[in-house]
Amino acid sequence: MLVFNYLVFPGLLFATVAGLLTWWFDRKVTARVQYRVGPPWYQCFADVVKLLGKEVVLPENARRTGFLLAPITAVAASALVAAMLGVYNMNYGTGFVGDIIVFWYLLAIPSIMLILGGAASGNPLASVGSAREIKLLLSYELPFIIVLTMAILKAGTLSLGGIIEYQVGHGPILYSLSGVLGFIVALICVQAKLGLVPFDIPEAETELGGGVIYDYSGAALGAFKLSKGILFYTLPIFLITVFWGGIKIGDGWGILWAVLKYVLIIALITLIRNTNPRLRIDQAMRFFWGKLTLLAIIAFILSAIGI
Amino acid sequence: MGLKTAALKKSIWVFHVACSPCNNCDIEILDLLTPRFDIERFGIVLVGSPRHADALLITGVANRHVTPRLIETYRATSKPCVCFLFGACASGGTFFKGGYNVPKPVDEIILEEDPNAIIVYIPGCPPKPEAMIAGVVKALSVL
Repeated sequence: MLVFNYLVFPGLLFATVAGLLTWWFDRKVTARVQYRVGPPWYQCFADVVKLLGKEVVLPENARRTGFLLAPITAVAASALVAAMLGVYNMNYGTGFVGDIIVFWYLLAIPSIMLILGGAASGNPLASVGSAREIKLLLSYELPFIIVLTMAILKAGTLSLGGIIEYQVGHGPILYSLSGVLGFIVALICVQAKLGLVPFDIPEAETELGGGVIYDYSGAALGAFKLSKGILFYTLPIFLITVFWGGIKIGDGWGILWAVLKYVLIIALITLIRNTNPRLRIDQAMRFFWGKLTLLAIIAFILSAIGI
Repeated sequence: MGLKTAALKKSIWVFHVACSPCNNCDIEILDLLTPRFDIERFGIVLVGSPRHADALLITGVANRHVTPRLIETYRATSKPCVCFLFGACASGGTFFKGGYNVPKPVDEIILEEDPNAIIVYIPGCPPKPEAMIAGVVKALSVL
């Protein structure tokens, strides 16, 4: 059962399918915003299958072990998050004390693997990308952990299952002033975690030509794309679980509500992506450590006094 | 036709190799991304690194300085890959042929590096975006 949960539903396979469809949705909406037709629905599947079938070129001065292990670890970590989230949402009792910290670690691993892979490839552009990814990781983790702490404080428990149970009893955390502020902060952090446009500084197609993934090709690149696809599904679900009452699979309308919440979050992410230009890394750090951290602290104080 | 080839045909990632062109062809290439032609609906995307590419879009004549870099770029691309020689200069050399700074035509340089390379010629000065799309379709029918 554990292996089935990890590999098929709601882990690797399901998360891949859902995530790649979400990614396609994002690309299609972007194309429609730019008055284009956009790719067909199977586009992201074709991309990943093609990449998995292509030759992997090993750069001459790359550290091979780190270079090849990084994408696999990224996929494994993101699939594990997807599996755990799905299981917690299907039966509320599961989970252990402190598992939200495990989630926080696992969600940081794909970014860390991008840093390691970029640094191991021995390419100057990739190392610039790695340096930027480190700075970006340090900047968005601070407000993200503050708003997670806010949710923990509100629910009075350190386990994700407990937070879901609290929201079943008391209504979602989002339906309060501090919850709304915290959700906004977390949404922008998710944007940075996914590496989408205002915060695609480490990849920066137009200036670094791919940045951290510059020297990746074939199956290794495909694994990184797969990891990003899985995160495309996992991070919105994580937001729904922590702030918006989770997914009630049990009752009839619950699944429909969950899909609506999911589509709304994806639409917000796509909206942010299509209406903003890319920031410089110093602007991004100032934004995260300045305005966003301030907003997160305000949300934290508001939740502490019960608003 | 295997799954790999089918997926490759639906998702061609293109890297633009500018071998000292006059920029006419490059402007036509950018036209392909605009709403009028929108090649993303066929899954064709411009990428920033030759390692990600399935197709190299070569414009201009390869002069003495560019030739080693062109060979290096071709070797960096993960195979299978297609070379599009875009424009009259890259396809035939036009009046630069035999010039003191042009050692060889582009197709000979690539065939010397890899005799089995797939090369598609798209002549024109510059070729129309429609010609480019027609060239891609012909190349895909060969794969």
